[in-house]
Amino acid sequence: MAIVDLVINTQHPLQAVPPDWPGGFWWHWLFFTVVLIVFVLVMVMAVIYIERRGMGRMQSRLGPNRTGPFGIFQPVADAVKVLLKENIVPTNADKLVHWLAPVVAFAPALLIFAVVPFQNGALLADLDIGILYVVAISSVSTLGIFMAGWGSSNKYSLLGAMRNVAAIVSYEIPLVLAVVGVVLIAGSLSMNQIVLAQGIPFILLQPLGFLIFFIAGCAEINRSPFDLMEADSELVAGFHTEYSGMKFAMFYLVEYAEAVAISAIITTLFLGGWRGPVLPPWLWFIVKVVIVFFVMVWTRTTLPRIRIDQLMAFAWKCLFPLAVINLLITALQVLTLSQDLIWVMIPVNIAIMAVLVLLWSKFFKLGWGRVEV
Amino acid sequence: MTIETKEMMLRTEPFVLNFGPVHPSTHGVYRMRATLDGEVVLDIEPVFGYLHRGIEKLAEQRTFTGFIPLTDRLDYVSSMSNNLAYVMAVEKLAGIKVPERAEYIRVIMAELQRIANHLIANGSFLNDCGAYFTPFLYMFREREKIIDLFEMVSGQRLTYNYMRVGGVSQDIPDEFLPALAKFVKQMPGKVDEYDRLLKQNEILLARAKGVGIISKEQAVNCGISGPILRASGVKWDWRRADPYSIYDRFEFDIPTASDGDCYDRFRVRMEEMRQSLRIVEQAMKQIPAGPVRAEVPHIVRPPAGEAYVHIEAPKGELGFYLVSDDSIAAYRCHVRPTSLINLTALREMVRGWKIADLIIIFGSIDICLGEVDR
Amino acid sequence: MKFERYGIGIVKGLTVTISHLLRHPTVSQYPEQRLNVSRRIRGNELIWSREKCTGCGTCAKTCPQGAIEIVTSTNLAENKYEVEKYQVDNGYCIQCGLCVEACPYDALYMGYSFERAKYRRGELVQADDMLLESAERPASGYFHPEIAQKLPRQTLLIERITEKR
Repeated sequence: MAIVDLVINTQHPLQAVPPDWPGGFWWHWLFFTVVLIVFVLVMVMAVIYIERRGMGRMQSRLGPNRTGPFGIFQPVADAVKVLLKENIVPTNADKLVHWLAPVVAFAPALLIFAVVPFQNGALLADLDIGILYVVAISSVSTLGIFMAGWGSSNKYSLLGAMRNVAAIVSYEIPLVLAVVGVVLIAGSLSMNQIVLAQGIPFILLQPLGFLIFFIAGCAEINRSPFDLMEADSELVAGFHTEYSGMKFAMFYLVEYAEAVAISAIITTLFLGGWRGPVLPPWLWFIVKVVIVFFVMVWTRTTLPRIRIDQLMAFAWKCLFPLAVINLLITALQVLTLSQDLIWVMIPVNIAIMAVLVLLWSKFFKLGWGRVEV
Repeated sequence: MTIETKEMMLRTEPFVLNFGPVHPSTHGVYRMRATLDGEVVLDIEPVFGYLHRGIEKLAEQRTFTGFIPLTDRLDYVSSMSNNLAYVMAVEKLAGIKVPERAEYIRVIMAELQRIANHLIANGSFLNDCGAYFTPFLYMFREREKIIDLFEMVSGQRLTYNYMRVGGVSQDIPDEFLPALAKFVKQMPGKVDEYDRLLKQNEILLARAKGVGIISKEQAVNCGISGPILRASGVKWDWRRADPYSIYDRFEFDIPTASDGDCYDRFRVRMEEMRQSLRIVEQAMKQIPAGPVRAEVPHIVRPPAGEAYVHIEAPKGELGFYLVSDDSIAAYRCHVRPTSLINLTALREMVRGWKIADLIIIFGSIDICLGEVDR
Repeated sequence: MKFERYGIGIVKGLTVTISHLLRHPTVSQYPEQRLNVSRRIRGNELIWSREKCTGCGTCAKTCPQGAIEIVTSTNLAENKYEVEKYQVDNGYCIQCGLCVEACPYDALYMGYSFERAKYRRGELVQADDMLLESAERPASGYFHPEIAQKLPRQTLLIERITEKR
């Protein structure tokens, strides 16, 4: 106990436990751990439901509507179905790797939520390196996916997993560069401070950064239009071909939990987190997460899939230079403009984004990619 | 310099991947064994015959009229065209003239069938591209309206068995023409909606433009016909080149494109839908009253001889070659399988592209396994 | 300078998709809502009329599948054929309707219902009195305009769903 007291008392201004919290450190930890796990699981179920109903309505049909009123128990039915299935492990599979892969893939998705603020100061750990922690942790789930591909002893899974790793690593860089722009304006890496600094939501101040982060985020979580790793109309189901039963459920959960995580990060960084006029802050947070996820569902319904070499070209030739230029412009603006002239950034940044997008569209070539055989 | 870089490159080995008969795409039981080098397709070897039912042999054991339900099942997606081609072949053998009203009804049915077929073709193509069923479902909504009209006329939704030797089997009911008028008024707006959804979509352009090109000379040499030929730049349509039935009375354009890639085939099919709507509108205005079936005995016995009739089916040139020896059944019936002959160009189109492109190019040829295997 | 392919196609597509959220979905909930099928539907089963049938066998000769089997005997007293057995194997039948078209005495009708599936393959073979018209086996108007007039109108998608623009 004494060591814990020492740790808490030697904190500098950002408290591990906010001053108005009733109870000690461990009570805070327990409460938030339970809240986070419940939040993630409930949000994943809600998000699965929103996706299936939303996509159904946009395709001129109804989504699931028979399991429970308006089909709200459909995710529960999915979970029960998946639990009852037989767990098949291929004989040539690397047993430990095969078993560990879903865990390694799922844990980071939960861990990201430790630094996401639900209210002013209401988060599990108000780290001063908040956003850096998020970037670091989200890379670990790539490892889980590659373990899944390797441990399946199936050459098609391995191919899918290798494609996946290449794509994720390529899209990390524009993601991080887009975040750095936000950090420059907010002046701190801590997620709570970033939300507090958003008098004007950063989506207006950093439109290009938002776009780059959204696209790179969708690519990180294998969501359409970048879902060629688990493509339904290509040959195999990708890295999770050989999984069944609860392990498959974990991968399914990973996909949606990461979608919620990226939506939560976007809300915190760009849309103003829990800020809002009338409703309680945590409700605003949930509403904004749902709105961002709905935009992801919208793009999934509309857009076709990109090919793997087009994916890599897009990351390196288009998003990366745009992210670097965005960073340069933002740095210049932060240095020159004072605090009350910050609204000048809005029209300037929107104009720059329009010019850059138009300029880069000139480099968009069609019909390449054929290899001479 | 080139030799040094070659030695430094990784040595890779091609392997054979089997795209099995159970296909993730929606084209039927077709098997391809693709030789791949990494992701690049070097060669493909098609293996088909999983749906062979011996239809050509069965023709020798059915009467001429009794074979019509079996022709429905050749290209099961566009049954009316198959019926029409076969029935025209028998009429040419027997020298039967079809009454005017029946000709107009046949044209309306054939053109509606063309629209329905292109809706499926484009919907499946976009589904293969990865647009998660959205354009597919929109197009099926319109196809449902056409199928309702066909159901009203013939009684079934997929295998119509509507055309007979000497006309059509029954007259159209009274509510057909008003419903058709409503459809024709509404459909161009829907085609515009598909265009807005996807014509300029950058991802579709990146996936389909310049991919799977077949040049004019190659297309003509392979014997390809239909929208693929027209997308490669050859302005050839049997309704203009050798007008059958009463197509010379209608005004319509023949859409062509110049590049011959997947995107052009997609665009040609969209434009053909619009032209078919024009033909249907004109036919609706000009349709006369009268009988719908010529006076033909129930069991037709054409005199001995042979006849070949080809029509512009939605997928290409569908031909029936009939040999009769003055009995109640055909002596030999051979079907010119549009989809099989179009498929012979697949290898040329696909070499050098990647797996994802293989699926797209295969989808853009628009085959139906019933025709390939018969 | 002409600018194309800068994302406008994607934006247009997104507007089309989102506008569908406001429209009525074109679905109907089977089995609670059943649509009216065509008056000329060539439904699941064949319906036979004992009074009109003379046992001529035209239907059996016309059937492409050979699904109809007729056994007759002579009735010399009344100078006509008696139909002893009239059997249809509905498993072979492809519902083409050529038999209905061929019958010179209008003794055959196609069935109107389409939900007449059976649990056993043996039950698909129907003979004699099983083939008569009854309440569970209504007749359709295929080649019988007098019946077609009495049946309800077909629900057409083009008239049913009005999509809000």
